[in-house]
Amino acid sequence: MLFLALVSALAVHPAYADSVGDEFKDRISGNVQFEGTPLDGVLIKVSGQGYEAEVVTDAEGKWRVGVPSKGDYQVTLIEDTLPEGIAVLEGGSTQLVTVGPGGRVSKNFFIGEGERITVSLTDQVIARIIYGLNFGLMLALAAIGLSLVFGTTGLSNFAHSEMVTFGAITSLILVNVISMPIWLALPLAVVISGLMGWGLDAGLWTPLRRKGLGLVQLMIVSIGLSLAARYVYQFIIGGGTEQLPGATAPKMQLFGAVVLSWVDIASMAISLVAILIFAYWLIFTKIGKATRAISDNASLAAASGIDVDRVIRIVWILAAALAGLAGILWAYFRPGIKWDMGAQILLLIFAAVTLGGLGTAFGALLGALIVGVLIETSALVIPNDLKYVGALVVLIVILLFRPQGILGKKERIG
Amino acid sequence: MDWGFILSNTAAQLLSPATFAFALAAMGLALHFGFAGLLNFGVAGFMAIGAYGYAISMLTFGLAWWGGLLVGIIGAVLFAIVLGIPTLRLRGDYLAIVTIAAAEIVRLLFLTTAFTEVTGSADGLSGYHASFRESNPFAPGTYGFGPWQYNEIDLWVLTLGLAILIIATLFVWRIVKSPWGRVLKGIREDEDAVRALGKNVFAYKMQALIIGGVIAALGGFVYALPSAVSPGVYVTSLTFFVWTALLLGGAATVFGPILGAVIFWVLQAFLTNVLPELVKAGPLDFLTSQQSSTIRFILVGVGLMLIVIYRPQGIFGDKKELTFVK
Repeated sequence: MLFLALVSALAVHPAYADSVGDEFKDRISGNVQFEGTPLDGVLIKVSGQGYEAEVVTDAEGKWRVGVPSKGDYQVTLIEDTLPEGIAVLEGGSTQLVTVGPGGRVSKNFFIGEGERITVSLTDQVIARIIYGLNFGLMLALAAIGLSLVFGTTGLSNFAHSEMVTFGAITSLILVNVISMPIWLALPLAVVISGLMGWGLDAGLWTPLRRKGLGLVQLMIVSIGLSLAARYVYQFIIGGGTEQLPGATAPKMQLFGAVVLSWVDIASMAISLVAILIFAYWLIFTKIGKATRAISDNASLAAASGIDVDRVIRIVWILAAALAGLAGILWAYFRPGIKWDMGAQILLLIFAAVTLGGLGTAFGALLGALIVGVLIETSALVIPNDLKYVGALVVLIVILLFRPQGILGKKERIG
Repeated sequence: MDWGFILSNTAAQLLSPATFAFALAAMGLALHFGFAGLLNFGVAGFMAIGAYGYAISMLTFGLAWWGGLLVGIIGAVLFAIVLGIPTLRLRGDYLAIVTIAAAEIVRLLFLTTAFTEVTGSADGLSGYHASFRESNPFAPGTYGFGPWQYNEIDLWVLTLGLAILIIATLFVWRIVKSPWGRVLKGIREDEDAVRALGKNVFAYKMQALIIGGVIAALGGFVYALPSAVSPGVYVTSLTFFVWTALLLGGAATVFGPILGAVIFWVLQAFLTNVLPELVKAGPLDFLTSQQSSTIRFILVGVGLMLIVIYRPQGIFGDKKELTFVK
């Protein structure tokens, strides 16, 4: 017992309490024991539905975590806080728990003598890089659209995050309200997102451009639009988190420490295909070339006979469709659909675009991949809840040394 | 529907720490955006530094309340310098992106569990009022009339908040009429022309960023005075709300920010009180009470769009002095 007491004294206590989140009705609880002896001071982490909590077992080995909503949660037993020589024997130290209609679930880990499965640093880094690429590819879909719109119209569109959320919420409505099969609902949601982009340009941005509003004015209009749209979403789906079917697909151990579900793999494949099709469009098609011409010099492009308004309309449709697709993938990545889900990544999208070079589509892709990998790998070194800070600091530092971004042109920064 | 109750609650919002705090933050932003043309989207960061600087100095370092106020001011000066050095030489929209990112960094640093002992993490900070209440010059009792009735603590908070607001207003009014202020407006209109006259544009912009930032931090201080500091307040939306208040009143004016903040909060208070009543009384009974409280934020967004499109100079502004550079 003395030994156990020592271990618990050495263990990290984020909040030394056997019970957190008592304000919530639903809860997950458990009892950590080794051969009938309760284990004191074992750290348990619960995450899911956009919620995270940590709890430490009490002298009787018991713990309890209140959770805000029903659904799936990852429960992790931090093996470093177990006494020497024992480990979680079955199912790994992170396990999935579903809080059902009853609202109360217990989760016990099967603990016995054994070697802990330790993961080498290289394996962890490789795993993090792959998660980062997954996140980065999703981010890139949103960033490319933002960058194209900026390149052709000069608008820093703060409402882009709401275009991301739009894709997720549209698919949610198609699946839940109209009961459409998921394979039809998701592509349709992307198409509807594209239509929304057309509507936004036709109904709002083109008239405002005609009216002669300055770029700063347009930017603040986009902020107003972002606020209004965000709260309209909250008006429609409420403040909670909703799930699309398949959001909690089982994770598979692929190689090393890389654990992905088939949804993650499909998400990466879809992003890659979308980006490749987009790249082909931008480089080889006539409209793609016209888009790049307008990004370089709009008045020269207009003078060369390019119909600038028509190209901008197409850019808006494309940007909105890509953003909608990014929203669907983000809903699976988080996982969950929430009214402010897009706003949560807006700054990362901006960081990606600025890092790559404002107005360059491939710069945005590169920037997004860097931001994604940076966020995931930096979480190895800095606390998890500070991982977005790393990306934002890099954004500021890059501006100090290379303000035009990685692929940007110098004259833009003026 | 109890209209007397609704109107009384609405009128009470005229004199409230939140209204004064918004007026101060909008005043700082007016100096940044209205007079210097700087697109500062980090208002929430400056306010958070003012509020946390005040609370942490007392809880962790045991300073007196005015010491906490000073720490918040120094924090805002440093934050402005750190923001300004990389961005003031670049085009405006870069400053927008960097300031919004920096404000978010500040919020995440106050939110993380890594510094819970100092910042209180997600719970924020409270219970730092001892020093401030000890120096209260008012005797215990009830003061005021009608909807404006306060105990001695609230009266002290309001008096100090109002005093800071008046001093800041006089200060801004004076400096924008000075030669320094004229150079600042020149920079807003045409930076290159001012540079050609031999002025150090970077230094002027930096001074404006620092002074405006300190005024916004004072807003954060007033916001933290009555109750508690919570990291959930200092989000990007707060910045956008301050922008809405500023643009409503008039960006390039001294009294516009105050009028904008008052209208913003009085309207918010009115809607907060009237919408749930309308749901209960019948006309809006197809809404849930949560939906009815969401409506006022939708209206803020729509209002911001309409102001910028149809009256970008705000209520008080002069059309000739448009701050939006084409």
